[in-house]
Amino acid sequence: MFRTAVRNVLAHKARLLMTVLAVMLGVAFVSGTLVFTNTISQAQQSSSAKGFDHVDVAVEPESQPDRGDRLAPPPQLSEALLKKAAQVPGADSAIGSLQGFTALAGKDGKLVGTGFSTQGGNYWGSHDPRHPLETGRAPHGPHEVAIDAKTAERTGYKVGDTVRVSVDGPVLTPKISGIFTTDDGTVAAGGSLTLFDTPTAQRLFHKEGAYDRIDVEAAAGVSQHALQTQLDDVLPKDRASTATARQLADDQAETIASSMDSFRTTLLMFAGIALFVGIFLIANTFTMLVAQRTKELALLRAVGASRKQVTRSVLFEAFVVGTIAAVAGLAVGVGIGAGLRAVMGATGVTLPDGPLVISPGTVAASLAVGILVTMLAAWLPGRRAAKIPPVAAMNSVHATATTKSLVLRNTLGALLTAAGTAVVLYATSMQDMDSAQLPLGLGAVLLVIGIFVLTPLLSRPLIAAAGPLLRAFGVSGKLARLNAVRNPRRTAATSAALMIGLTLITGMTVIAGSSQQAVDKMATSALKADYVVSMANGSSLSPEVEKKLDGADGVTAVSGLRNAPARIANSTEYLTGVNGRTIGDLTDLPLKNGAFTVGGKDVVVDDDTAKEKGWKAGTTFPVTYEDGSKQRLTVAGIYEGNELISGILLDNATLTPHIGDPSDMQVMVKTAGGTSDAAQSGLIKALGDNPAIQVQDKQDISEGIAKTVTLMLNMLYGLLAMAVIVAVLGVVNTLAMSVFERSQEIGMLRAIGLDRRGIKRMVRLESLVISLFGGVLGIGLGVFFGWAGGKLISGSLDTYEMVLPWGRLGLFLALAALVGVLAALWPARRAARLNMLAAIKAE
Amino acid sequence: MTTLHSGVPTATRATAVAARATDLTKVYGQGETQVVALDGVSVDFRQAEFTAIMGPSGSGKSTLMHCMAGLDTVSRGSARIGETELTGLKDKKLTQLRRDKIGFIFQAFNLLPTLSALENITLPMDIAGRKPDKQWVDRVVETVGLSERLKHRPSELSGGQQQRVAVARALASKPEIIFADEPTGNLDSRSGAEVLGFLRNSVRELGQTVVMVTHDPVAAAYADRVVFLADGRIVDDMTAPTADKVLERMLRLSGGSPQTPGSDAKGRTS
Repeated sequence: MFRTAVRNVLAHKARLLMTVLAVMLGVAFVSGTLVFTNTISQAQQSSSAKGFDHVDVAVEPESQPDRGDRLAPPPQLSEALLKKAAQVPGADSAIGSLQGFTALAGKDGKLVGTGFSTQGGNYWGSHDPRHPLETGRAPHGPHEVAIDAKTAERTGYKVGDTVRVSVDGPVLTPKISGIFTTDDGTVAAGGSLTLFDTPTAQRLFHKEGAYDRIDVEAAAGVSQHALQTQLDDVLPKDRASTATARQLADDQAETIASSMDSFRTTLLMFAGIALFVGIFLIANTFTMLVAQRTKELALLRAVGASRKQVTRSVLFEAFVVGTIAAVAGLAVGVGIGAGLRAVMGATGVTLPDGPLVISPGTVAASLAVGILVTMLAAWLPGRRAAKIPPVAAMNSVHATATTKSLVLRNTLGALLTAAGTAVVLYATSMQDMDSAQLPLGLGAVLLVIGIFVLTPLLSRPLIAAAGPLLRAFGVSGKLARLNAVRNPRRTAATSAALMIGLTLITGMTVIAGSSQQAVDKMATSALKADYVVSMANGSSLSPEVEKKLDGADGVTAVSGLRNAPARIANSTEYLTGVNGRTIGDLTDLPLKNGAFTVGGKDVVVDDDTAKEKGWKAGTTFPVTYEDGSKQRLTVAGIYEGNELISGILLDNATLTPHIGDPSDMQVMVKTAGGTSDAAQSGLIKALGDNPAIQVQDKQDISEGIAKTVTLMLNMLYGLLAMAVIVAVLGVVNTLAMSVFERSQEIGMLRAIGLDRRGIKRMVRLESLVISLFGGVLGIGLGVFFGWAGGKLISGSLDTYEMVLPWGRLGLFLALAALVGVLAALWPARRAARLNMLAAIKAE
Repeated sequence: MTTLHSGVPTATRATAVAARATDLTKVYGQGETQVVALDGVSVDFRQAEFTAIMGPSGSGKSTLMHCMAGLDTVSRGSARIGETELTGLKDKKLTQLRRDKIGFIFQAFNLLPTLSALENITLPMDIAGRKPDKQWVDRVVETVGLSERLKHRPSELSGGQQQRVAVARALASKPEIIFADEPTGNLDSRSGAEVLGFLRNSVRELGQTVVMVTHDPVAAAYADRVVFLADGRIVDDMTAPTADKVLERMLRLSGGSPQTPGSDAKGRTS
């Protein structure tokens, strides 16, 4: 039997080509994901482990809980602790380390790297073992910095150059005193590292006389563990915690692994979708192969093969196909894994170097996935093959596969569809978004399966609806329409593959588009300010920035948004400090009751907080600030909060004296003439052309939001593209097989006078009809899911309203049509080139 | 060259030539594997005449039909339908010619399973984008006795009925000539006789020209004239054939062992 199976695979090479391709793509996706993520995570782990080369035990500040009406002091390590740590008998040396966002401008004045990977820190003494100097010397005093060698190479800076640097707003112009090499992971991954001398770093990072971490190196012969025990004995437990370098490396490895895990899971989910879509294609192929071989299989039965043997021979065939495809897929996947890193490198995302990791797990998983998926998909056709009676071998009449009644299938489909719809509707009626997710997902899966089961039934009316259009193409159009509904199951499986891809694409587009508009509306509708000034990476701004903006030409109103924790009734709340005089001019927050008065002890509170606390206009409440001082504040008014501004708003004049290190999340600015290029560049200039600071008007903010959404959508499209490609292969597969099956008919049509163009058109139109059918179903389902998902989102996003992106939907339909046309290219050519005589003679 | 036994006209209407082969040669393959299927065949098919082409397996009878009907290309010589020379015609022109001037009946019926009987009958006109002549179609349908079954799909018809649909399809577009390739090969003798009767009637009553390839002497006896092929050459031309005369001629051709009717229903063509 096995030899027969292998022979069959070899004999049907061409017909199995699409199947192999589909499985191969799915497996390549899986193995590519595994290779890529394993490679990256190993490289990151090794680079982060290197970062601990000069540490044996790290001391980190212990954060303390807020108690009663007192806020805990911010966790930090004092100079005294450093001294204590250095004097422990097992310690050789101790280094205090500081870290923070530090923007460095390149020679073109623009920020080097992305906002999140431009780091700064302190250079310890004159020979910091963590950062060996390549050229120059250690930075000394407030006007010197050292930069890492990779950044120096990238920007062309040399020792002695003056650079523009910014930590929290004001632009500094220090000289480069030295260039160092580093093992820092961020730098290896394409970031920049700018180091100041320790006092300067402490001042800039607002850690006067304190450190973020103390790295202790053990004296010769002292183990990490012994050193840790000694340190634990000396250091106050409530303020400092210790960890050995090994523990830190392990922790970091775990963090990296877990963050990679979620990335990998996401990618694998999309690979799963592609494979799932591939199942339809594989099942179609084997169904057709079995139908074509009815006589042969019946003969096997007639000469004594058991049903089980017949099923097994089909499954073994699937096994052979799956193995070939999985091996090819694995090879392609390794290529993708390697290529992806190069591509990401080329687009500016630098990833740490390291060898390509092809683990045995990757190999096993890829092969297993490819083989199992193929065999699973071939299982039903295999069982059908076993049901062929031996007598079919004797029938001279061409035994066409009996079309089983669709009654059972339609009933099942209707039930599933109804159940799925009901569950989805139930989910949308739920208040709690988190608990609604499960029923929504479940309902969506039921509904998609239900619709798939119903596709044979739906295909007739929907494809008949295309009749008038097809009539324009004469006899080719008519035959195309009839051929498309000829084998409803096959058409269903073919178009379902496309349907699934388009459902996901449409659903995500609808939700993303609507969310974008909602967020945009929220971010900008309450905003009366002309400009919002913020840090490129979202970190906070020095109060200097607000002052500078206030003094700039044409500026009429300025307010920083200053966050500070405080204790109110034994819980920690974040207060938002604003400029009480100007906030009314800069924002347009709908007032629910009371007056919008912010100043002195008068504050305004958003409706959610007021409801939670049971406050009304006129309520007074006690607050304990960071510095321990207490005050009673009065609720002057209650406003409708939004994503941008919410919570308790009080005057900066009231708040600032109580916070040690005031800084603004952002600064809102109103200018005399409204927004203009001149006003914007005026503000930028007033801030000293700071590369780290963004000055955005409403439109910039909208564009920023749109850009984020577009980026996310494009990534999703890219990931779903694989599923669409597999669907295209499915259409090609179905058409090629149909053409093969109908070669006699096509020969006859050619003989009685349908020219090659007519034949091609017939195949193309059939392909178009099948693809558009899948497209219409997919887009319809996608819009429904988009609506249902939106219902959930609107629970937490008030401004959410479903927006149907008609242009996009039209584009998707056009995409489905394009899929149809492209998929038909090869089968149509084959059909037109068919040897007429052979086709007529064939029986 | 006309025919070997230059014709005693069997039908008084038969004057013009509907199709003519002149020195027709068809060679398959090259070098050592070269097979000469037709070796300088010259023959006329007269209008309103029912001609049967007979010959043992491999004699070239099907090849002759395919070449004459524009289904296959010719290696040498000429094939004409009416005034149109087929050799050298491009695929597009050939297709048009088949569509407009030739009707086909195949052994395996070759109907489209998705179309009803009537739609199958008018298919050639649909392809041409012509409106079928309703009166004519009605008459043809009536002649072949399908009036009651026009809405049925081929799968709902018996073999004989299916072949009658095929005959009606060939007749409906009023072609200049109908080529029938073993039209009774897949039918029982009664249905076969019916179909042959229709073909003869279409010649007698409608003035249709029919050329039929067959290996069945009984089927050949329905024709006005039988052309015998052996080894790619015409070896005899018989008018007013009877089954016995044809069988006897066949026996001589194949050296004493004729193919008995129906013994080799498949794969008998050259």
